[in-house]
Amino acid sequence: MAAEKIGANFKRNMFTENQVLRAILGICSSLAVTNTMKNSLVMGLGVAFVTGLSSLTLSAMRNVIPHRVRMLVQTLVIAAYVIFVDLLLQAYMPDISKQLGPYVGLIITNCIIMGRAEAYAQSNPPIPAMWDGFFAGLGYTMILMIISLIREVLGFGTVFGFNVNFVGFETWTIMIMPPAAFFIIGSMIWFISARAAKKAARQAK
Amino acid sequence: MAPNISPLIIFIASIFTSNMILNNFLGMCSYLSVSTEYKTATGLGMAVTLVLVLTTAINWLVYTFIIVPPELYYLQYIIFIMVIAALVQILEMGMDRYMPDLHAKLGIFLPLITVNCAILGVTLFMVIRHYNFIQSVLFSLGSGLGWWLAINMLAAIREKLASAKLPPGVKGPALSFIITGIMAMAFIGFSGIFTIQ
Repeated sequence: MAAEKIGANFKRNMFTENQVLRAILGICSSLAVTNTMKNSLVMGLGVAFVTGLSSLTLSAMRNVIPHRVRMLVQTLVIAAYVIFVDLLLQAYMPDISKQLGPYVGLIITNCIIMGRAEAYAQSNPPIPAMWDGFFAGLGYTMILMIISLIREVLGFGTVFGFNVNFVGFETWTIMIMPPAAFFIIGSMIWFISARAAKKAARQAK
Repeated sequence: MAPNISPLIIFIASIFTSNMILNNFLGMCSYLSVSTEYKTATGLGMAVTLVLVLTTAINWLVYTFIIVPPELYYLQYIIFIMVIAALVQILEMGMDRYMPDLHAKLGIFLPLITVNCAILGVTLFMVIRHYNFIQSVLFSLGSGLGWWLAINMLAAIREKLASAKLPPGVKGPALSFIITGIMAMAFIGFSGIFTIQ
């Protein structure tokens, strides 16, 4: 397979094949942490870091790992990087680490990481694999930020904790509760797939 | 020290007020992809409940007797995930050997479960909330049943909606999310009863 240019890879992972909206991967954590933007940013960068480095590692080891135990090896490599992120958060951002709670540990079961390892790192050299994983993580971060922007502005009237509610409008309690996350991501997927369907129909003509 | 909550309250609260899917967003991947048919959803729900109770009980023992004494806290993720993967593998082999009927029914779901975030999630919640053994087991049983309830409800609604005329793009995951959102709103109605945190 010819190596993809970094720019093209970036565009693919951020927009055309965004892992959350197009492949519906990594939903668990993407909804749970989106009640404030700060949590989402930290979580997103954590995932991008883990995805990038585990893709790099797994791609470097791809010819050494026996095919039958590769899932196990992948999980172990991912878990090692997640422990790294978890310790880093506990040391430097104890408040956020407490708020994210079990969801940092749950990065291990985030399907995006395993998905990138299987779909890309398995058949590509280490450096492009690292960028691919990192960009997939950034695409995930972007979706997290959009959802949390909507939820934080409407639910608390703040952006990153700064008050933006100048007109004194009544904040919506539902936005900080779980259902809002489902509604927002549902609408986003609806919008994106309706647009993709239209585009495909136009190209078919 | 375990929190002073009756295990029964934890059990009921984990089904209704802090449902794994509707409140904690755990186990979404298989929840979305295996909910097109009521019967398969039931099979998966059963398998998840079974694995959840077994892994939580074993992980509690592992945590209390292997991780805590030498303070291996930084290794807990790796140990937990290995326990889950090993247990699912053993369960699958054992079932295949001794309960072929049940294996035919649940076997295909078992590998899926290793990567179900609800399993690791319940273990991590148990550790963070310092539950004792009885509390952990009832918490995992309740979480499993709550997950099962949610996937069955979604599957039932999706079966009914399969023949409905829908706008383009909404079919599939988008619709499932919106249905789940409405279900989650309905479940907020339970939130006055008990809360566990």
